[in-house]
Formats: sequence, structure tokens, C-alpha cells
Amino acid sequence: MLEFSILLPAILNGLTIGAIYALIALGLTLIYGVLHIINFAHGSLLMLALYGVFFLHSLFGIDPYLALPVVGIALFGIGYGLQRFVIGHAGHGRDENILLVTLGLSVIIENLALYLWRADTRTIETPYSFETLDFGIAFIAVPKAVAFAGALLVAALLWLLMTRTDLGRAIRALAKERQGAKLVGINVEHIFAMSFGIGCACLGVAACLLLPSFYVSPQVGHAFVLVAFTVVVLGGMGSFVGALLGGLIIGVTESLGGLFFGESLGQLGIFLIFIIVLLFRPTGLLGQKA
Amino acid sequence: MLEIRGLHAGYNEVEVLRGIDLNVAKGEIVALLGANGVGKSTLNNTLSGIYRPFAGRIQFMGRNIAGMRSDAIVDAGLIQVPEGRRVFPNLTVQENLELGSYRRGREQRSLNLERVYTIFPRLKERIAQLAGTLSGGEQQMLAIGRGLMAQPELLVLDEPSLGLSPLLVEEMFGLIQALNRGGLSILLVEQNVVQSLAIAHRAFVLEHGRIALSGVASDLLNDPGLKASYLGV
Ligand SMILES: Nc1ncnc2c1ncn2[C@@H]1O[C@H](COP(=O)(O)OP(=O)(O)OP(=O)(O)O)[C@@H](O)[C@H]1O
Ligand SMILES: [Mg+2]
Repeated sequence: MLEFSILLPAILNGLTIGAIYALIALGLTLIYGVLHIINFAHGSLLMLALYGVFFLHSLFGIDPYLALPVVGIALFGIGYGLQRFVIGHAGHGRDENILLVTLGLSVIIENLALYLWRADTRTIETPYSFETLDFGIAFIAVPKAVAFAGALLVAALLWLLMTRTDLGRAIRALAKERQGAKLVGINVEHIFAMSFGIGCACLGVAACLLLPSFYVSPQVGHAFVLVAFTVVVLGGMGSFVGALLGGLIIGVTESLGGLFFGESLGQLGIFLIFIIVLLFRPTGLLGQKA
Repeated sequence: MLEIRGLHAGYNEVEVLRGIDLNVAKGEIVALLGANGVGKSTLNNTLSGIYRPFAGRIQFMGRNIAGMRSDAIVDAGLIQVPEGRRVFPNLTVQENLELGSYRRGREQRSLNLERVYTIFPRLKERIAQLAGTLSGGEQQMLAIGRGLMAQPELLVLDEPSLGLSPLLVEEMFGLIQALNRGGLSILLVEQNVVQSLAIAHRAFVLEHGRIALSGVASDLLNDPGLKASYLGV
């Protein structure tokens, strides 16, 4: 039998990466829930945010955590603009068009990144990069502990925004009843763009929390976006709590899978759980019937 | 307060309304009657800025609102309670009402909430219930309550009695009359001819995209033209 001393750190590590997965998936599920589109540019926008954090650090010496407001707002702005002025127009209101537009955007962004910054993998070094916290039962690297706490905090803030503010209510209202929304004076294009912007802001936050213990390259988004799609489907399309729960489950699964089957097969467990859950609950853990 | 002149409207190539003249004065209930599919809801949604009119003027409180965005029309105080309620099913009763004051009446939100709950005690008992799980009658109350939250200058009601039991229909017309006596101007779109004419001051009958008949409500009730064309008597 495996000892707790090995298992526990693996679970804690899984939770930390899982919280980041959850944050990325929250952005994805928010956009899906309101606009009913899958944002294929999600991964490349995360990559863009990671480069933003990287360059703020390497060029101006700005700490990733201090960069959080800047990168978060920048990604919000990019997301708002993309939806309001590019995706909204180019899509002509047809889902399959919108899908292609976001796919096209991701190709453009990625190739631009390859051209500008080459395929090199880059990392940053912060004073706390190799610090650890002693939790008694396990040691956790400081950046991972911060990422975990930060991601959960942002998820909580997002939840407050969605339930306690008129903006959040308008976003949820628009997701289900567009004409009713118009009749109370909700500006549909604006709220769509706000949703897209907030979903992208999650990526900005995730990037700041991620980079101190991770790397950036033009393809870095792929791994995350694949997992995030899995999380969204697992948790139930459009479900907030589902995305949070799904992210943590996937993170722990991946970590334990890595422990038992080795790093390269670690992600196998994810898809195993994914298939099992969908077999018994086709709408995901917390998804509603369409 | 509302003055519609030569309004043409419809969908893409299909012209549904072919030159409508209609007006509502302050403090009035004006009934708009017409058979299924003549374009009553089309008119309402054109008034609300959901669809752009092809031509014509919609003068509301001294401004031409024809072709304005729906949010700007809400700002102006023309509030529609749509056919089929259109409440937000995934939001609670309270949240639905709160969104009623998304643009208008935000400062008086808590005051108006109390007012709506006084009018509809049934809603107060269901504050935290999801609107999608309300009964049809309760949803209709919620839709009207949501409309009232915006402190309308003119309330446009699209078939508020649709799908209600006879007793509730009676209650609904009583309520509309009470709201009007409280000073609210109302454009009432209905299929329930007799009951509508009983509470309305004036009425218009829509037929083939035009106003076929109009006048004082009590006169129309006895009009042979109305009986022939609309009641099928
Ligand atoms: N979105 C739309 N696109 C195209 N045609 C439409 C649309 N909505 C309504 N119509 C058509 O416009 C005409 C008028 O419809 P409208 O809903 O205004 O009728 P109505 O008078 O409200 O009828 P009812 O009493 O049944 O509610 C109908 O022929 C309908 O088929
Ligand atoms: Mg209608």
C-alpha cells in the first residue's frame, strides 16, 4: 500500500493545478453559457496573457502577482473588443460562423506568437520560485500555494459578481431569455462582450498565477485548453460550480495518475474519469438538461 | 403621450403593419384588438425597439422613438410586458424583479419591490423560487411586476390574460383597472374583447395590417362592425 506521505503531496499538488484548470474552465463556461459558443481562441489568449506576464517581468521587472490587475484588465479589454467588434460582427449571429471565427483567431494569434517570439520555451525566476511552505503533512511550493488560493479567491469573486450585481444578473438573464432581456433594457451586444471580456480576464489572472511555476511558449495553450474543455463538459456545460469541481477533480486525477502510471500517462486518468462520468451523467456532473 | 402615425412594420420583406395610426393619452387604458396573426405583437415589439419600423412616426412623450434601440426606449419609460411572459427562468423571482429596474427606477428599487409584493402577495411567498418553476399565472404576475419595477410612463400589456383560468382572468382585468386608476397609462393588447372593452376608455381594432375600427370602448361594444368582423356573430 502507498503511504500517505506520498499520496497527500500528490493530492495537494493536484488541487493546486486543478484550481488553475478551474479558473480557465470558468472563463470558458461563462462564455459558453451566455453566447452558446465554444471559444476556440481560449488557449491562444491564455498564451498571449502568459507572454504578457513574461515580458512585464523580464523587461520591466514587474512581479507576476503585481502584474495581475494589469494583465487581468488587459485581457478583459481584448476579450470585450474581440466579441464586440470582431466575433459579433463576423459571426452574423450564426453559431457555426462564430466557431470558425474563434478558430481562425486562435490560428492567427498562435502564428503571430511563433513569428514574434519563436518556438522557445521561456520561464521566469522570482525570489519565491523555489520557496516551499510546510503544511506539516506535505511541502508545497509557494507559487503553487498562491495559485491555489488566488484561483479560489477569483472564483469566489466571480460568483459574487454573477449573483450579487446587476451585471451578473443581466449576464445570466441574457443566457436564457434574450427578448425578455431586451425588454428590461439590457444592451445585448454590450453584455455579450462583457461576458467574453470577463471570461478572458480569468485567463489573465490564471496566467499571472501560473507563470511563476510554469513556462510559456506559443503552443502552451493547447494542453490547458484541452483540459479546460474536459473540465467544462465534465462539470456540465455552463455550470459554474461544475467547472470549479471539475477542475479540482481533474487536477487531482492527473496528479495521482502521474504518480501511479508516470508523467506521460498521467492524463490518461482524466479521460477515463471523463468517459465514466459521461456514461452515467451525459449532462456532466452539474449540468442541466438542454 | 403615445402617437403613432403611418407606421409600417414587419419582417424582412413581409410587411405586417401597413400604415397604423393609433394614440394613447395620459391616464388612459387603450385596448388594441384583433384576430390571431394580424400583427398586434409585431406592433408592440416595434414600439419597444425589438424590430425597426419600415416607415412612420412613433411619438412618445414628445420624442420620435421610431427605430431607437430597445434600451433607450426603456429609458424613455415605454415598458412592455410581452406575450408569453418572457421571464428569466434561471433567475429567482426577486432577481427577475430586480432586473425590471435594470435601467429605470434603480434608485427606488427597494420601494418598488415592496409595492410589487403588496400587489402580488403570491410572489412574495416565492421570492427565492426560480421563475421557470412558477405556474403560468404566477409567471404572468411576475412579468407584470417586472414591468412595474421600471416605473413605466406607458405600460404595454400583450395578452396578459392568455392561458389564465377564468377566475384569474377576472382578477387580472381588475388589477389592470386598479393600476390605471393609480395613474398608469396602459396599452392593452387582448383577445378577450368583452372584458377589455369593459375596462378600456378607447379601443382600436386591427385588421389586415390597418386599423379597421376605433372609438370609445363602450360604443365599440355595441358596434355591428366589430361583432361581424371580430366576434364572428
Ligand atoms: N419573427 C418573425 N419573423 C417573421 N414573421 C413573423 C415573426 N413574428 C411574427 N411573424 C408573422 O407576422 C404576423 C403577425 O404576427 P404577430 O405575432 O404580430 O400577431 P398577433 O396579432 O400578435 O397574433 P396573436 O394574437 O396570435 O398573438 C404573423 O403572420 C406572423 O406569422
Ligand atoms: Mg401576439
